Amino acid sequence: MNVSSLNTAKSKAPLLEINNLCVDYVSPHGIARAVNNVSLTIAPGETLGIAGESGCGKSTLAFAITRLHKAPALISNGEIIYNGRDILKMTDKELRAFRWNDVSIVFQSAMNSLNPVITIGEQLTDVIAAHKQISPKEAVAKAKELLEVVGLHGDRLKSFPHQLSGGMRQRVVIAIALALEPKLIIMDEPTTALDVVVEREILNELYDLKEQFGFSILFISHDLSLMGEIADRIGVMYAGNLIEIGDAKTVFTNPSHPYTKGLIASFPSIHGPKERLYGIPGDPVNLLKLPTGCNFQARCVDCMEICTKDDPILAELSVGYQAACHKL
Amino acid sequence: MDNLNTPEVVLSVRNMIKDFPIGQSSSKNSLMRAVNDVSFDLCKGEALAIVGESGSGKSTGARVLSRIYEKDGGDIIFKGQPLAEYVDEHGSLEYARQVQMIFQDPFGSLNPVHSIYHHIARPLIIHKRGDKKVIEKLVYELLELVGLFPAVETASKFPHELSGGQRQRVAIARALAVDPEVILADEPISMLDVSVRLGILNLMADLKDKHGISFMYITHDIATARYFAEKTAVMYVGHMVEWGNSDKVTQTPQHPYTQLLLSAVPEAGKSGRRELGAKKGEIPMWKPDTKGCPFAARCPRAIEACADTFPSITEIAADHFIRCHNI
Repeated sequence: MNVSSLNTAKSKAPLLEINNLCVDYVSPHGIARAVNNVSLTIAPGETLGIAGESGCGKSTLAFAITRLHKAPALISNGEIIYNGRDILKMTDKELRAFRWNDVSIVFQSAMNSLNPVITIGEQLTDVIAAHKQISPKEAVAKAKELLEVVGLHGDRLKSFPHQLSGGMRQRVVIAIALALEPKLIIMDEPTTALDVVVEREILNELYDLKEQFGFSILFISHDLSLMGEIADRIGVMYAGNLIEIGDAKTVFTNPSHPYTKGLIASFPSIHGPKERLYGIPGDPVNLLKLPTGCNFQARCVDCMEICTKDDPILAELSVGYQAACHKL
Repeated sequence: MDNLNTPEVVLSVRNMIKDFPIGQSSSKNSLMRAVNDVSFDLCKGEALAIVGESGSGKSTGARVLSRIYEKDGGDIIFKGQPLAEYVDEHGSLEYARQVQMIFQDPFGSLNPVHSIYHHIARPLIIHKRGDKKVIEKLVYELLELVGLFPAVETASKFPHELSGGQRQRVAIARALAVDPEVILADEPISMLDVSVRLGILNLMADLKDKHGISFMYITHDIATARYFAEKTAVMYVGHMVEWGNSDKVTQTPQHPYTQLLLSAVPEAGKSGRRELGAKKGEIPMWKPDTKGCPFAARCPRAIEACADTFPSITEIAADHFIRCHNI
């Protein structure tokens, strides 16, 4: 049986299916494998969270899905199937039609990705005009509608990015991502640069939009508390490998992999008992100097002899729940 | 002092004010008040967390205390002596020695062309801690104290050879080099990898508990404030709106702004839309002649007095204070 099909607990056919994806960064010091043999699926309407610390490959994965990665990054293996079509085999023309129509991205610190010398209105209508054949007037009307959808006043079309606060700019970026009503939105740390109250306003907006449009979200973040709240399923990455994936509640409350356990224990709780937490000892591994065997061995409290010899394989623990650890 | 009930106050701040000019002219109404009427006591071996959103004046406060900025009003008393008296070359050096700062960005706060040894030896040389041999010994001891092993090897490295967490440990070692009484830590973990954040917090907790160093911990993450600090102060637009015992402030918040802040914190398992009590609104700009409560425009509990009178301090429980008209 295909391993990746086990990822989906739901019976629906997946919207996106990634099989054995490998992405390498080629550098003079060697090849760093930022995404190693990752397989996962996203069902229609589902929110899949990808958690991990910086350098674990989560953003590289997002870039690979839309083929936005640039040299020295290189997809060396695998396939990414969207609705039955392999994205990696698309021609440039097909790719242009695919991007934004089917999958859009909200980048990390996206609020700074708006062009400072062009009005919000132009940036919105640009996207619409590039993909749809509609009159300028209709495009403006659509842009206005989009701003209202994300909770901004239609008059803001005439504003320049510097006239908006960080939270408002983030809403504009989400509006641009929604412009063509894609089936999948990739969000790479969409609220990391925002204050907690503004973050909550954006999250509320997101819940409403999801209900209204029913898109899937690939939500990338290092904040596990946020992930535990918004995601249906969570995948955890470490040094390019997917090391645990399953329903959000189990990953958060009863994780299997020692890294996930440590990561969750690294976030002090705002309620509940106040006790000393230990987190994870050591530092993240260097992708250019990966050890033989498990990548996590040097920081793992349960490290055994086999961990220094063989790579752990992502194995199914229960239906739709996988983890990669020799101890399990 | 050996009486545990009355801990020694190291740093005492009363009604501190800091203004910044806005625009070109230098008249009074073109000033923006970044910190207004801030008062607190920092006790020996205790941590005070300053929590607030960006622009709430929390970093400005720390910079005034570290003398990067000059205060525009109020009193700062360090070990019973006003800050203004630490003036002549020896006095200001002595204050700088005892009040050290750790910054948010460990990539920017270390000099890329110097070795780790240089970074830690430099304050020891400036503050004349001993001859070359003594300094060498101290550098290695400090590196071990902050958990960087093996010390000799680490000392010979350059900042780019270390990870973010290790660099922040170097920054802490550098601050510790001159035996400070107080460390002002401005978002020391927010730029680090999640898996190493707790290690830095625990290191700071050990320095506080075992070495009696007082910390001012500036953060936007109220959960780590509760974890690390005995006392927490919540700031909004340059004002302290609620402060006191960390558990009281975070578990039974009384000020509407603290309640808003806590209700917005993401929590695993609590999915779905969450209504925020407060009205949507921009954070106002505070000027020296602005009246009323800074939170009035967004406050769900606002009454008439909030629009024109600055709220006074109420002690609502032992070691728990708020500034609010409508309690």
